[in-house]
Amino acid sequence: MKTIYFDNNATTQVDPKVLEAMLPYFQESYGNPSSMHHKGGEVAAALREARKRLADLLGADPAEIIYTSCGTESDNTAMWSALRTQPDKRHLITSRVEHSAIINNAAFLKRLGYRITEVGVDREGLLDLEQLKTALTPDTALVTLLWANNETGVLFPIEEVGALCREKNIVFHTDAVQAVGKIPINLKNSPIDMLSLAGHKIHAPKGIGALYVRKGLKFSPFMIGGHQENGRRGGTENVPYIIGLGVAAKLALERLPEENTRVKGLRDRLEEGLLQIPYTMVNGNRTFRLPNTTNVSFEYIEGESILFHLSHAGICASSGSACTSGSLEPSHVLRAMGVPFTAAHGSIRLSLGVGNTEADVDEALKIFPAVVQKLRDLSPFWKDNGPVQESSLLSCEGNSCQICN
Amino acid sequence: MWEYTDQVMEHFERPRNVGVVARIDGEGQVGSLSCGDALRLTIQVDKDKDVIEDAKFQTFGCASAIASSSALTEMIKGRTLDQALSLTNQDIADFLGGLPREKMHCSVMGQEALEAAVANYRGEKPKALEGQIVCECFGVTDVEIERVVRTNRLTTVEEVTQFTKAGGGCGKCLEKIEGILNDILRKSAPKSASGNGQAPGRLTALKRIKLIEDAISNQIAPALMRDGGDIELVDVDGPLVYVALKGSCASCPSSKRTLADFVTERLRALVDPEIVVREHKPE
Repeated sequence: MKTIYFDNNATTQVDPKVLEAMLPYFQESYGNPSSMHHKGGEVAAALREARKRLADLLGADPAEIIYTSCGTESDNTAMWSALRTQPDKRHLITSRVEHSAIINNAAFLKRLGYRITEVGVDREGLLDLEQLKTALTPDTALVTLLWANNETGVLFPIEEVGALCREKNIVFHTDAVQAVGKIPINLKNSPIDMLSLAGHKIHAPKGIGALYVRKGLKFSPFMIGGHQENGRRGGTENVPYIIGLGVAAKLALERLPEENTRVKGLRDRLEEGLLQIPYTMVNGNRTFRLPNTTNVSFEYIEGESILFHLSHAGICASSGSACTSGSLEPSHVLRAMGVPFTAAHGSIRLSLGVGNTEADVDEALKIFPAVVQKLRDLSPFWKDNGPVQESSLLSCEGNSCQICN
Repeated sequence: MWEYTDQVMEHFERPRNVGVVARIDGEGQVGSLSCGDALRLTIQVDKDKDVIEDAKFQTFGCASAIASSSALTEMIKGRTLDQALSLTNQDIADFLGGLPREKMHCSVMGQEALEAAVANYRGEKPKALEGQIVCECFGVTDVEIERVVRTNRLTTVEEVTQFTKAGGGCGKCLEKIEGILNDILRKSAPKSASGNGQAPGRLTALKRIKLIEDAISNQIAPALMRDGGDIELVDVDGPLVYVALKGSCASCPSSKRTLADFVTERLRALVDPEIVVREHKPE
């Protein structure tokens, strides 16, 4: 069975060129870049080159890059730095559709006495910019927003929010883990103060991330230790992975046009094909969105069941349903958008990449209708060719849960 | 990815008895579309023999919900109504070679649908609907929680959520669930714990408390102190041991896990396997 990998927002395959570039740094060039001998010196030179490549992808200066272990560490570093460098400010603004790295830190900060504003989104997942504007106060230490939503691919107006924050002298951070490599990013002269990224979303391995910190921004390290990363992140550098991320960044820059033409074309054709299945809808704005992502709801069936049947047929995808998340409620992103409960539980995220082909889309469009039909035939909400009009099982008894309301 | 057994995947891939029976004598509906899983069970009954001739299901839900429904229908076909009613949710899980803890509510849903279908056939009110609603998000009553706690010998609120979904929505009812759970645990505490009529060699209440005190101050506290934390015994009430976490434990986000895993494990090993540890929260 051939694997059709439509889960590139979860992680990507390490590119062979990335792996090839990394391998010498395990055995031959094993020196510590801090060492004052030639084994250290050759590694230090390679790290400088890798840092420049990553900076080029972002339109940043190499000195503005801090390597971390992952996107979550980058997010943690950014949030805690902004708060520690402005100890008198006790307010933080984020959105209702963030990654768990931000959500769970915000919840923790709330317990510590910080005031948190979670800005909402509309039915299409677009940011409520007016709410954000009114939330900015002199007490606001940080605004942090996802650039591209991991579940829907919907983009937030990052440059616009950054400009608003700059005007009011508020630190602005964006988690761009899903955006980097998929949309053009140029941080030169941008109002973005800090930006998180993760290597494994752009064909580097898992276990390497980075945080961009604008030159001149006050910074307080999250990982306290040695002089590495100019004292901004202690710990011996993860040399092979940093080298890998450098090559991945170079490839991402070269492939950016392909992501926005060929991959986007595949995504659009897949999406249009899926919409031919009755009672199917796309979640999220279809214009302001990543070129590779679609989030489709198949009404009256449940996401985990869909995923297992797809997997059985070779297709890898994700779902925002309750059952896949380990929680009992569907994805917070879809709930924040107000996706009706008939659709929220049956949402499937398909995220394509440069490894996908026309044949993948053709094959998937053959597999999907049968999977959906099989589950609808099992569903108490489906009879013959349409939904059952009346059923006491449609809403919960109390009618008081967050979904029914 | 969930660790599903081969039996779960087999019943998910090739579910048995899908649909509606030819003559609906009893019907049970549990769950809802909004809650993420729903099951409709219909049964056809041989009225002379009181035997379930046929059972069919329709399920909206995850792989384990579909597999549990399929297993249920296989298990009850050909059984008398009373035999069928004696099935517990654990029997359904066992039939499938076990379910992940987080998915045990799927087996509970199957058992409740069966009960509802039989009640419907007999013209009675299903048991699960008796009592007061505790969890409004998922419509779970105190009667239902009590039964599941007793059948499955649950000891934590987290388990109650895994088995009934209660408390898994807005979370407003979590304290109420803890109250119900503590009441049940107190009532079902072994007699030796209350010090009445203990067999020779069994612990008296006083000795037991002394042992708990010793275990905490000599074994558990020193271990926590190594990480800058500390622990203090607040109260003992039947199987429930209330402790307060201090030092770095008090503000540590993983303190709950510290409690559940480490303190419980030590106290059960050193004193009594029935012990349930609770964090004492100052008013």
